[in-house]
Amino acid sequence: MVATTAPTVGRSVQEPVRRSVRDRYSRREVLTAVGFLVPALVILGTFVIYPIVSGGFLSLTSWNGFGTAQQFVGLDNYARMLADHEFWNSLLVTVLYAGGVSVLSVASGLAIALLLDAPLRGLAVYRGIYFLPVVTSSVAAAIVWRYMLDSSGVLNRLLTAIGLPTVDWLNQRWTALAALTLLTVWKNLGFNAILYLTALQALPVSLTEAAQLDGATLWQRIRWMTIPLLRPMTFFVVVQALITAFQSFDLVYVLTGGGPTGGTEVLGMLMYRYAFKLGQFGYGAAIAFASLALMLGVTLVQWRATGSGESDLA
Amino acid sequence: MSSTTSRPRPVRWGTAARHTLLILGSATVIVPFVWMFLTSVKKRSEVFTRLWPTEWHWENYVHAWQAAPFERYYLNSIVMTVGIVVGHLVLDSLAAYAFARLRFPAKNPIFLLLLATMMVPQFVTIIPAFSLVVQLHWTDTYWALIVPRLADVFGIVLLRQYFSTIPKEIEEAARLDGCGRVRTFVQVVIPLSSASLATLAIFAMLFAWNDFLWPLLVTNGDEMRTIQIGLAAFQGRYATSWNYLMAGTLTSAIPTIVMFLIFQRALIRGVAGTGVKG
Repeated sequence: MVATTAPTVGRSVQEPVRRSVRDRYSRREVLTAVGFLVPALVILGTFVIYPIVSGGFLSLTSWNGFGTAQQFVGLDNYARMLADHEFWNSLLVTVLYAGGVSVLSVASGLAIALLLDAPLRGLAVYRGIYFLPVVTSSVAAAIVWRYMLDSSGVLNRLLTAIGLPTVDWLNQRWTALAALTLLTVWKNLGFNAILYLTALQALPVSLTEAAQLDGATLWQRIRWMTIPLLRPMTFFVVVQALITAFQSFDLVYVLTGGGPTGGTEVLGMLMYRYAFKLGQFGYGAAIAFASLALMLGVTLVQWRATGSGESDLA
Repeated sequence: MSSTTSRPRPVRWGTAARHTLLILGSATVIVPFVWMFLTSVKKRSEVFTRLWPTEWHWENYVHAWQAAPFERYYLNSIVMTVGIVVGHLVLDSLAAYAFARLRFPAKNPIFLLLLATMMVPQFVTIIPAFSLVVQLHWTDTYWALIVPRLADVFGIVLLRQYFSTIPKEIEEAARLDGCGRVRTFVQVVIPLSSASLATLAIFAMLFAWNDFLWPLLVTNGDEMRTIQIGLAAFQGRYATSWNYLMAGTLTSAIPTIVMFLIFQRALIRGVAGTGVKG
């Protein structure tokens, strides 16, 4: 196995280098590893990594989706985006939606987790129920909500029953966005509650017990101990909520289709419309990259703001 | 989970209050499902006028299934889901084992590259991936639905984590008995990992069955539509037949709900695991 073509004099120089590589990696093991890795890497390389790179290039072209005529236009698509009021509207919608979803996800997930964090009868039943929307498809969830939000749907009948005027939820800009936000929070409630519950159960009991002995009330303990201790998980939940909102498509597509007149047209929906409805793939790719940059930026700011996701006390 | 049972903490605010709030919360979650079911068996004139159906029209399900090729949608979804789940189990576990146990050059850089792609939203990749599939003439085929999703970074990370916790001694014992790497993997590591493989399978199944944007792009005709795409199209065409629509919606949701009820533990353990650092 040892390559000995090198002259005796040269050996002392060459061998140490060769041997260290050979010591670290056995040929057989490397071959096995290649065999194990190739199938997954071919798929991921072709359909994930190559598209990221080629998407970046595409955003610099004015490709219409047909043929190979990808005319290079530099940063024109990005310049166009900055002057496009539809992009700014979409950005506003996405930011409001993402903000609403994160705040409500934290509040509702934490509330349910605090309620579940006790030796409780029927815990599994509650957990199962809260998880139902998580496993249900976005299409099914959005269709049911459309039915309930219909102008003569159950929600409006409830409003009428208590003497309030009905609301045409999905045909007005702000109510449609509110409905979309609530639907998203509703769908992910179980997911966030489980995350918080896991974090709660990992907290040191001694701290809250000590606080209790010192006479801290339940609310004081939650406000000044549990919430700060849960900060890393809150960071995670917020980032998850932001990613969900920035990537949202299915729920919007089925609930409102982006309407009324762009009122719920999140960035994903805008990208879809330009690329796949209007055939402006280059511009669509630029919108996709802009939303990626925004998402990374928001995550970074959030990470900084929460002190690298460290909890205050632990 | 065990910490809750082992810590006898004084219940400060009554268990009854907890239950009341939890039941209220559960109601807001479950009412849409109950509503979906009740509407699916109503006659059309009662869709918006009554809460409880006067007569139970089970045949709505038959009518809904006849109004659109739902069997075909179902079949497509099943083929796609099975293909993707099998792909994940095989490809992800092979790659995960290489990252967990084998020594090869550039191991960490490759793994970090894969991890980094998890941050990238699907919108960024979807236009080039779509044009690739078009160039391969794969639109409206199972290839387009399955092949791009055969491997997945999340699965590789999940399994790698688990494989690294298997004691090395077990594998070394197998190797002393004359097993090669491949045999050790297939006969020792895989059987020991059935729990985490099951978790991965359930997640993959959920995502594949519920996936929307990708199947929407690569299928055009009714022939190759998955249940989600078929349902969304059905909604457009039968927007006023809410009873049929609810019947179709409920049948589309049943497989994932049943899977969840059976494998609740594995799924919740998996979700809890995603939030735990380190």
